[in-house]
Amino acid sequence: MPKPDVQEPNAAAQEIVSFAIGDQAFCFDIAHVLEIRGWTRTTSLPHAPDYVVGMMNLRGTVLPVLDLSQRLGLGRTDPGPRHVIIIARVDDRIVGFLVDAVSDIIMVREADLLPTPDVSSARTQAYIRGVYTIEDRLVRALDVHQVLPQEDTAVA
Amino acid sequence: MTHKILAVDDSRTIRAMLKTVLVNAGFRVDLAEDGIDGLEKLDAAAPDLVITDINMPRLDGFGFIEGARARSRHAAVPILVLTTESGPDLKQRARDAGATGWIVKPFDEAKLISVINRLVI
Amino acid sequence: MNDLRDLFFQECDDLVESLTSGLGDLESGAHDAETINAMFRAVHSIKGGAGAFGLDRLIAFAHAFENVLDDIRSDKLQVNETNLPLLFTAGDHLSDLVEAARGECEIENDMGASILSDLKLLSQSVGGGALMDDAPEPEFEPLALDMGFDLPDLGTPQAAASGYAITFAASAELYATGHDPALLFRALGALGEVHASADVDAVPELGDSDWRTPVLRWTLTLTPDDGIDEAALREVFEFVDGLCTLEITAPSAPPDLPDLLPLADPPDTPAPAAADAPVKPSPPPSDPPAAARPSKSDSARTATIRVDLQRVDRLINLVGELVISEAMLRQSMSELPHSASSKTVEEAMGQLKQLSGVIQESVMAIRAQPVRSLFQRMSRTVRETAREAGKQARLVTLGDATEVDKTVTERLVEPLTHMIRNAVDHGLETPEARRAAGKDERGTVTLEAAHRSGRVVITLRDDGAGIDRRKVRQVAEQKGLVRPEDDLTEADIDNLLFRPGFSTASEVSNLSGRGVGMDVVRSEIQALGGRVTLQSMPGQGTQVTISLPLTLAVLEGMVVSVAGESLVVPTLALRETLQPGQARIDAFCDDDRVLTLGHELIPIVDLGLALGYRATPADLDSLSLLLIEGDSGRRTALAVDAIVDQREVVIKGLEQNYRPIPGIAAATILGDGKIALIVDTDQMISRPGDGPSPAALLPDPTRIAHHA
Repeated sequence: MPKPDVQEPNAAAQEIVSFAIGDQAFCFDIAHVLEIRGWTRTTSLPHAPDYVVGMMNLRGTVLPVLDLSQRLGLGRTDPGPRHVIIIARVDDRIVGFLVDAVSDIIMVREADLLPTPDVSSARTQAYIRGVYTIEDRLVRALDVHQVLPQEDTAVA
Repeated sequence: MTHKILAVDDSRTIRAMLKTVLVNAGFRVDLAEDGIDGLEKLDAAAPDLVITDINMPRLDGFGFIEGARARSRHAAVPILVLTTESGPDLKQRARDAGATGWIVKPFDEAKLISVINRLVI
Repeated sequence: MNDLRDLFFQECDDLVESLTSGLGDLESGAHDAETINAMFRAVHSIKGGAGAFGLDRLIAFAHAFENVLDDIRSDKLQVNETNLPLLFTAGDHLSDLVEAARGECEIENDMGASILSDLKLLSQSVGGGALMDDAPEPEFEPLALDMGFDLPDLGTPQAAASGYAITFAASAELYATGHDPALLFRALGALGEVHASADVDAVPELGDSDWRTPVLRWTLTLTPDDGIDEAALREVFEFVDGLCTLEITAPSAPPDLPDLLPLADPPDTPAPAAADAPVKPSPPPSDPPAAARPSKSDSARTATIRVDLQRVDRLINLVGELVISEAMLRQSMSELPHSASSKTVEEAMGQLKQLSGVIQESVMAIRAQPVRSLFQRMSRTVRETAREAGKQARLVTLGDATEVDKTVTERLVEPLTHMIRNAVDHGLETPEARRAAGKDERGTVTLEAAHRSGRVVITLRDDGAGIDRRKVRQVAEQKGLVRPEDDLTEADIDNLLFRPGFSTASEVSNLSGRGVGMDVVRSEIQALGGRVTLQSMPGQGTQVTISLPLTLAVLEGMVVSVAGESLVVPTLALRETLQPGQARIDAFCDDDRVLTLGHELIPIVDLGLALGYRATPADLDSLSLLLIEGDSGRRTALAVDAIVDQREVVIKGLEQNYRPIPGIAAATILGDGKIALIVDTDQMISRPGDGPSPAALLPDPTRIAHHA
């Protein structure tokens, strides 16, 4: 739940939801988030990329669940009751992001977003928009559009 | 208090247009889709002004105006005829039926509003 | 404004349909006065809306068309065999103009111009078009308010201080038409400074008079604001012209006497323009009953509302959820200890099931619409194709009130158009050939829709020459689709027409059979969950039968389990199920295995392997087999771990949130809330195993049968 915020709305300010994958912190704009669910069983999909865990039923909507850890090259998640799924709307699609835990909802300013360090891999460059420094921790801002399965990677 | 206008036209397009124009001009608007519908809605709508098309199924604009004038409650309500035809015959027929004035389609918004403002109290 | 534009074009669709329907009635002689009235109104409304959007070509054409219809309406012109085709052509062209305007594109002018001039000639021939101005353009000039009377050329600029003298006396009719002198004065007040006084001399003693006759005469002076001329002043009185005695005297040079202008009697004063109409006697309040003019055909019209399709789809989805929830509840109940479920609960559950079923049906019915509009479009296709091909043809439609899901009717347009063209172009013979065969020179194409056992069946028949099977076979052999020694039944040969690669338009257009792109037609129909079959009788014609589901939202399927996953196989394609051990299975190289059924050898697809659920082939002896058949008649056996049960499932698309999956048509949600994927049987048939072989290279079943 977004915390009540007494600040005046500021054009440059936005709320982000931060979450953990392994020992790393990530985040994206909370405007994408529809709800956060505990782990539920999914139906595996044939011919799917390795980071597509399967399809889940959210009150009648059939949506894919993506293993963000696998997608970001941090290793496959073995999902269990302690994992959570962030249900997000990205463009016109509704998807579930499988993560280890949701940490916080934070108010940030776009101006505070630092560029992704040059040292990072091509994968990082593609999926990470930049980083925020929040209480001495690095929180990586995820590009939610990029992490979705792209049409051109469809399996023949 | 804002004035209420009843617009009677069998064309959805014209109805929607009238509604948009009139609501933007600050009127309240009720819609009817032909003469019968118009007569049925007249009492409930209690309009300050009526705009009606002529060519309509079931009951045309002339019949509608006559019907409206025959009801004492609406005997004096201003009724504007919307028409694509502008011949003198048509105007005379409209007037004989009891029409207050006429507007030739396609109508100019500003003109329509100024005519209406002249006719409502 | 764009919304209004969309609305206009939506309405145009309905109006064109109503026009087309009227034309159909004219042709069949089933028309009455209201038919023509409705057609007139349709064209008139198109013209009116087009005027609002400045669609000049549409306006001009609708205007000419409307004139002709008006001549028919007023019995000046009789509809006959000579002018009916022009009316049809005009209807088609009007529809084209609407489409062109919608797409904001231009269409070729030549044809339109000739139709337009034909229409005008037709009007002129009967001296018609008199009701309306024959030149439409001036009527649609943007200055929209008609002035009501000819304004005198005043041309005298008014000095700011000068004043007009106005005398005004209302007639009874002025009040009867909703006017009020006070409002007129108020309007004058908006133009400048007004002084008004009432002349009460003419007011008789109370009780002496007819109260309905107005007696007050008003004298006003108006000192106009800057820029207000006499035209503006007269405009105030526009609608009361003829309903009052009105004099307007322009100020004379020394503008210092406005208050002193004499109250002249109307007849004595030279009144400008036609403002001296005498006061008319008050007409007795005419009192026609409101329903005196209803026309008969529209009175039985049912009330309808227009609803955003998205809302309907949302409702359909929700009801789908309801049905699923009901199934989940029922399943949970059945898992409870027996004592826990009382008879009352069971009854309630039964009612819930029944209710949710009825709700589902009713909601589906919202999306249903009659095939009439689809069929009417086809009548144009028949006319045009016949003209191009030098054939004579008519379209007979039956059962056009049959309702089908809106999406189905929309997506049937293309394939049906294709088939109609084929039927006229290739199915029907030339008039000469037909005469020689002792047939009516004019061929008949019949389009029929009907509900049959929970599906919609659309049949397209022609009374042409039928399929030339010898030629079809010859072509198929040339193309290597069959071998000369293959033993093919007549139906086998007819269905060769549906084979991809059988034909291209140029090669077969001289065949008196058909086959132009029929493989495309079939795949379109299949995409709708339908089947298409073809029967032909030499010399008597050809019939194509399309069978479609009533709705695209629900599907009857067999739930099976494969490698721990639940899958649904649509029963539409299902022919037979075989339990483990029931079948004779023979192995070939590369793990290919074939089911022997009677004399037929059928390829087996291990579903778990094909969908990547397992890496190695399962032991087929422990698996169940589902025998499925495509429209081509080609069969495949799907091997699954177990058959669970047969049920209706609500289809959930995968593309919205994910993307298409090879071999999978869609998904559904089972009673336990789990998602099951629905198998695309057609892909399974054309791609046995996980082999990459394209469909065209696959062995033909007939060849397998004889040469495997």
